[in-house]
Amino acid sequence: MIQVDRLTKQYGPVTAIRDVSFSIEKGGVVGFLGPNGAGKTTTMRILACFMPATGGTARVAGYDVFSQSLEVRRRIGYLPENVPLYGELTVAAYLDFAAEIKGVPRSDRKRRVAEVMDRCDLADVQHRLIGKLSKGYRQRVGLAQALVNDPDVLILDEPTIGLDPVQVAEIRALIKSLAGQHTVILSTHILPEVSMVCEGVIIINRGRIAAQGSLDRLAEEFFPTARVELHITGPAEAVGPALRQIPGVLRVEHQGTANGAGIYLVEAMRDRDVRAPIAQLVAERRWGLLELHQMGMSLEEVFLRVVAGEEYGAGT
Amino acid sequence: MGAWAVFKKEMRLYFTSPVAYVVFTFFLLIVGYFFYSIFAFYNLTSMQAAMNPAFARDLNITDAVMRPLFSNTGIILLFFMPMLTMRLFAEEKRSGTIELLLTFPVRDGEVLLGKFAAAAVLFLMLLGLTALYPAMVGYFTRVEWGPLLSGYLGLLLLGSSFLAVGVLVSSLTENQIVASFATFAILLGFWVIGWSGDLVGGNWRAVFQYLSILEHLDSFGRGVIDTKDVLYYLSVIALSLFLTLRALESKRWRG
Repeated sequence: MIQVDRLTKQYGPVTAIRDVSFSIEKGGVVGFLGPNGAGKTTTMRILACFMPATGGTARVAGYDVFSQSLEVRRRIGYLPENVPLYGELTVAAYLDFAAEIKGVPRSDRKRRVAEVMDRCDLADVQHRLIGKLSKGYRQRVGLAQALVNDPDVLILDEPTIGLDPVQVAEIRALIKSLAGQHTVILSTHILPEVSMVCEGVIIINRGRIAAQGSLDRLAEEFFPTARVELHITGPAEAVGPALRQIPGVLRVEHQGTANGAGIYLVEAMRDRDVRAPIAQLVAERRWGLLELHQMGMSLEEVFLRVVAGEEYGAGT
Repeated sequence: MGAWAVFKKEMRLYFTSPVAYVVFTFFLLIVGYFFYSIFAFYNLTSMQAAMNPAFARDLNITDAVMRPLFSNTGIILLFFMPMLTMRLFAEEKRSGTIELLLTFPVRDGEVLLGKFAAAAVLFLMLLGLTALYPAMVGYFTRVEWGPLLSGYLGLLLLGSSFLAVGVLVSSLTENQIVASFATFAILLGFWVIGWSGDLVGGNWRAVFQYLSILEHLDSFGRGVIDTKDVLYYLSVIALSLFLTLRALESKRWRG
């Protein structure tokens, strides 16, 4: 649904993005993740046909964003970063305008506007001026505007920024409900958002794609082994070797003691769950198992590794 | 289709903000004041002329009332038109709504057409309301329809040129006050350039006078529709709108 090939954008001497390539399947929800200033907004603006790229190509819904821009624009819904809306219009008047300018036929317009207002929970405020609405409602009007032409592709730039936690949860649920019928690309710098809402992730840093793929695949790529942290009371010289005997365990590291228990970090093969055998071993030897948890799967760690790794690489 | 949606949105914004009402009220007040003083003066000269038949022969409504009224209205438009156009692009740029507008499936030209048409229709309504004054003249005496209509055509072309320049300036800045003031300054420049024609003389005099934006209004008031004048206004409109399109395109590239 979205194919981006070696996209580059320069603002004068400043390169905002360089050789960005990725593709998104129909119906997928993909998070575009990166620190502030990494090039997320620039990429999305090119995809939404707001600005042309300096180099490379991008195709959305099968059409080129530069040479077939109008065809692309008919098939997208775009929510820019700061949700720019006309504050002097009422919600209903604005959505009617959006539906008309996006080419929704006159006969369908009323129904479509009512549908998106219903979906985005705007019916109660439809006669209020947009300028008088709270941030959460404005965000929903922005989403409703993007959805009004029933687009194939939704491009959402930081859709939850500046909202309170309840509103964030509502917007996320709304976006999640769009998966399947719409292809969604959403940018964010909030990591948990990606794991909650998205199926795939594209990590961008300093204008380049640093990593991309499904969340599981990324975790595997950056953490090829599963890691388990253990707190065990027992003689350190016996515990270490005993753990190493368990099938699947690759490495055991004794990291110190806390509250009389030794802290061990066990690295094991990903396809073997070593937690049950460990518990069994500890029970057989009559040591005390105070804590056991698997770590190293969170997107946050993947992200930090990718971004920190790049910075380290750039420094040397 | 797209242009129509933009047009309706702009009309709605004119009337949900106080701009249209303020411009309408003060424009009619000021034009009304000019009409009153010109008509009262005509009244006075008519009474004097009643005693001097030779003088009375040259006195007529078109030359003594309508022509001065048209040229005064032209000058008043110079002050008011920038306020109708200042918002059109500057406000969209300031608030960021231009980003959404330019990603809707409409050509830049349709956006421009919708906006310019909205300003032009508002101006037409304004001009329509001033028909009150010739109507009052018609109540007292016979009006010459030809010069009246050609005078209005002249004002229409003049005002539309002002609007086109205003739209162009509005597309170059994010600040409405800057847009309004710069438009006014440019139009003023195009007015007074005709005066400097008297200083240089020769061929340059003709060039400067041809460039003067208010100079071309006068013959319309006399009932003369000269293609030279019509062409002048149409080229100002066309050039300004063309440059506006280029400005929008450059806005896209620069982001």
